Amino acid sequence: MPYEAGNYDVIVVGAGHAGCEAGLASARLGAKTLVVTINLDMIAFMPCNPSVGGPAKGIVVREIDALGGEMGKVIDKTHIQMRMLNTGKGPAVRALRAQADKFMYQHEMKKILEEEKNLTLIQGMVERLIVEDGVCKGVVTQTGAVYTSKTVIITTGTFLRGEIILGELKYSSGPNNQQPSIKLSEHLQELGFDLVRFKTGTPPRVNSHTIDYSKTEIQPGDETPRAFSYETTKYITDQLPCWLTYTSEETHQIINSNLHRSPMYSGMIQGKGPRYCPSIEDKVVRFNDKPRHQIFLEPEGRNTQEVYVQGLSTSLPEEVQHRLIRSVPGLENAQMMRAGYAIEYDAIVPTQLWPTLETKQVKNLFTAGQINGTSGYEEAAGQGLMAGINAGLKALGKEELILSRSDAYIGVMIDDLITKGTSEPYRLLTSRAEYRLLLRHDNADLRLTELGHSIGLIKEERYQKFLAKKESIEGEIKRLQKTIIKPTAEVQELIHSLGGSELKDGIRASDLLKRPEMTYEHIQRLVPSEELLDPDVEEQAEIQIKYEGYIEKSLQQVERLKKMEDKKIPENIDYDAINGLATEAKHNLKEVQPLSIAQASRISGVNPADISILLIYIEQGRIARVSNE
Amino acid sequence: MEFDTIAAISTPMGEGAIAIVRLSGDQAIAIADKLFKGIGGKRLKTVSSHTIHYGQIIDPKTEQVAEEVMVSVMKGPKTFTKEDVVEINCHGGLVSVNRVLQLLLTNGARLAEPGEFTKRAFLNGRIDLSQAEAVMDLIRAKTDRAMNLALGQMEGRLSKLIRKLRQEILETLAHVEVNIDYPEYDDVEEMSHRMLLEKGSYVKEEIEKLLRTSQQGKILREGLSTVIVGRPNVGKSSLLNSLVHENKAIVTDIPGTTRDVIEEYVNVRGVPLRLLDTAGIRETEDIVERIGVERSRQVLKEADLILLVLNYSDECTKEDENLFKAVEGMDVIVIVNKTDLPQVIDMDQVHKLSKNHKLVATSLLEDRGVDELEEAIASLFFEGSIEAGDLTYVSNTRHIALLNQALHSIEEAIQAVEMGTPIDIVQIDLTRTWELLGEIIGDSVHESLIDQLFSQFCLGK
Repeated sequence: MPYEAGNYDVIVVGAGHAGCEAGLASARLGAKTLVVTINLDMIAFMPCNPSVGGPAKGIVVREIDALGGEMGKVIDKTHIQMRMLNTGKGPAVRALRAQADKFMYQHEMKKILEEEKNLTLIQGMVERLIVEDGVCKGVVTQTGAVYTSKTVIITTGTFLRGEIILGELKYSSGPNNQQPSIKLSEHLQELGFDLVRFKTGTPPRVNSHTIDYSKTEIQPGDETPRAFSYETTKYITDQLPCWLTYTSEETHQIINSNLHRSPMYSGMIQGKGPRYCPSIEDKVVRFNDKPRHQIFLEPEGRNTQEVYVQGLSTSLPEEVQHRLIRSVPGLENAQMMRAGYAIEYDAIVPTQLWPTLETKQVKNLFTAGQINGTSGYEEAAGQGLMAGINAGLKALGKEELILSRSDAYIGVMIDDLITKGTSEPYRLLTSRAEYRLLLRHDNADLRLTELGHSIGLIKEERYQKFLAKKESIEGEIKRLQKTIIKPTAEVQELIHSLGGSELKDGIRASDLLKRPEMTYEHIQRLVPSEELLDPDVEEQAEIQIKYEGYIEKSLQQVERLKKMEDKKIPENIDYDAINGLATEAKHNLKEVQPLSIAQASRISGVNPADISILLIYIEQGRIARVSNE
Repeated sequence: MEFDTIAAISTPMGEGAIAIVRLSGDQAIAIADKLFKGIGGKRLKTVSSHTIHYGQIIDPKTEQVAEEVMVSVMKGPKTFTKEDVVEINCHGGLVSVNRVLQLLLTNGARLAEPGEFTKRAFLNGRIDLSQAEAVMDLIRAKTDRAMNLALGQMEGRLSKLIRKLRQEILETLAHVEVNIDYPEYDDVEEMSHRMLLEKGSYVKEEIEKLLRTSQQGKILREGLSTVIVGRPNVGKSSLLNSLVHENKAIVTDIPGTTRDVIEEYVNVRGVPLRLLDTAGIRETEDIVERIGVERSRQVLKEADLILLVLNYSDECTKEDENLFKAVEGMDVIVIVNKTDLPQVIDMDQVHKLSKNHKLVATSLLEDRGVDELEEAIASLFFEGSIEAGDLTYVSNTRHIALLNQALHSIEEAIQAVEMGTPIDIVQIDLTRTWELLGEIIGDSVHESLIDQLFSQFCLGK
């Protein structure tokens, strides 16, 4: 029997990476928040790889942190290894990646949720939403508990009508044999949502004691202590290594002779899988000229012997997986603890969302994470944070917060999803961002702290620290722009030793720094600053001076586009009434309902002529309204 | 891009003594100022609104004078489009106006689409509602036309070449991207500065090649540059006059103050001819004597077509033989004139000297053989004997401007590589090159990079 169980400002359904950020954000904004999850022991669970960050994703973690989110802080406390990637490349693409202790990560996140004072955490399976006149007003659980609220966020990951496929075996299940959420998926369909079927997969895990590490290469973490969060001050120094090995000829033979048993090829899997993480059978078939593929062995935590076999994602039958594992050097005697599997699940077509992640069909209902067609913990967390912020702000009657493509990778991701949709599980790549040089991992705080503070997620103390850092960076840049370096013997010698051409005349320190062979450290040696500067400040000064020209170019690009971003499309526009729009453009515009001309121009099938016509139409409407009044 | 700075020739093409190139947009004054050299270093940026200024348009790359001009500067909103507007009054002539437009386009302006000035005037609230429909029709009509054009060009060599070049760049970009997004995958070789330099230089060469073919495309736009040569008194002036009088002259003399070459434009059966250095011919100055003089050689060298005139009633002289030598390897039509007079010339010798060149006998006095000559010129052009083989080649001003911009960005990329700039930064200019080339064929979809990434490399967990 249904019973009234409570009233909240915001209800979050699910407590994965999206749900945790969503719940914490709305609670911290001051909204009374309920988080409901199928299983309290699975909060912030990592069903696949035990790592957080990496190219683009690592930048998202920093952006989450700069906006007052939790992921960065938790991984800083619970990692077993941290590495900076792409250090040999430019500043735009450097990225942090941590190997996580999965279990510690979960416990830490659960503790934080439990201790958040505005947040109630309960176990339960939501089966229905309460929707009246197109407005969402709460949820009903399996046990009949009725929770009412001003806004609801669904973050159900791969649980929606999840099905695990392992060889010839297929059964209804959430990830890692969790209970799937079937009724909610059906209910969403009833409400008129378009759903798609996606697929993802995970590799087997083996017991560390049974691995012969002498046949593999060690992959240690960085010696320099690093952290994602700008607030972290305590660093973990005791790191665990990962290990690298390769598939063998035998691995490829086993796969080729068992392809008919792979659900990918037998037609058993219909869901669309991501191209960026293909199964090992896919890799062997599609790139059959490659003699071997890399396999990374990654510990799943400090207090477990389970090791994640990265590179061997597969849905071949368990029996074949045993043989596959043993064909890999170092794993000849390895004992497989869990088999890899593929999972199919429902996701909603993300073009049904506004940029706030509120659904167009049902007011006050938000969705975030894998349900929106993405994949990856960081992508989920980023959306969860934004959905939590906007659902919270809306419940409190405040104005929405939308990140643009030039603000953050999170902005790029959400704009991609709601404007273009996705035909496969969406992953962030640095190549998706057109302003990569502006969206660096090192300046996430400079880009977003102000925003985080303005909505109340960044506390005053941190904000003051941030302002001081900003001032210090600006001061150092000014100093280097004003300081003249004279062609003394010491200076010429240094330049000479670095292979540069000697100075003819005095030169601004900032101009000398722009030379490719020069680093900030060299300049600092020639003209030391009066006070000791924070390494972060020095890094910013260096990047901002060294790449000034390119940064300027990107900023100009942003500025040019801004005019189009500022041209808003009226909410009630009737695309059918516009003569001259191409049929495809009309269809896609109606579906996406872009808010600005710039967003309209990013929709596929909408060409420049359609944009011109749209502009004229909007202008006409404006004039018509003015003359009517 | 909807609100960038646009430029176009706003007077009817060809005829008229003055042609106006119009610029509109927030960069209009800045772009014009980059090219303008006024008296006493006057800068357009600092002049007051609605004033007109005398000066020259300079190619900033070569510092050469392109045209003598009067420039009007009008600041928004009191202009036709309500934006900043600059109008450059040229002395006219297809060549010089085009040159000015070309320079504006390579320096940041975009070629305006049909009706675009009017569209802006409307969008900025300058003209009234009733005109809006007309503008919309214009845009729609333009895209239909553009569609046909696009279809026609799909099969053309240009788009094929550009597609190929873009694919090459795309593979390089994907290679760089994969190094960035999958730094630990050792299956993929790290893109090195050396590799990037090789690719960059290759792309640069290809773009330069395409731009060279635009010289041929230029023929369509600017005319086939043609020189009439021959000893004194063989009928050069008559030939010129008969070509000019028979056919409508497109543009009259341009008494260029900066050049002393005089050009005549004629249209011979659809082939635009630009008759060069006809002044010398008119003044019956003996071009033969001038062979060997550097300037004359230059004129000959730049010609697309040589009309070599011989005298039917005189012997072939040493001078004639020298002429044949001077035009060796060029497109030549040999004209044996004065067939109304008794034959003295040894036709066997003429055939031997002419080799494969087309031979036409005329009596310009009696107006005989002119049809045949015109036929010869037309067939030479349309049958592709002249290098302008593919007439749909890069002839479009917009394409040339885009190619020039693409060349500029690939040069910047190469320069950055040479300076040791990190590859992911160099990639910014490489991507820009790829996008600019894409604009030529109307294809700039970013998603294709990600598709390339996954089809080219083996990635995954």
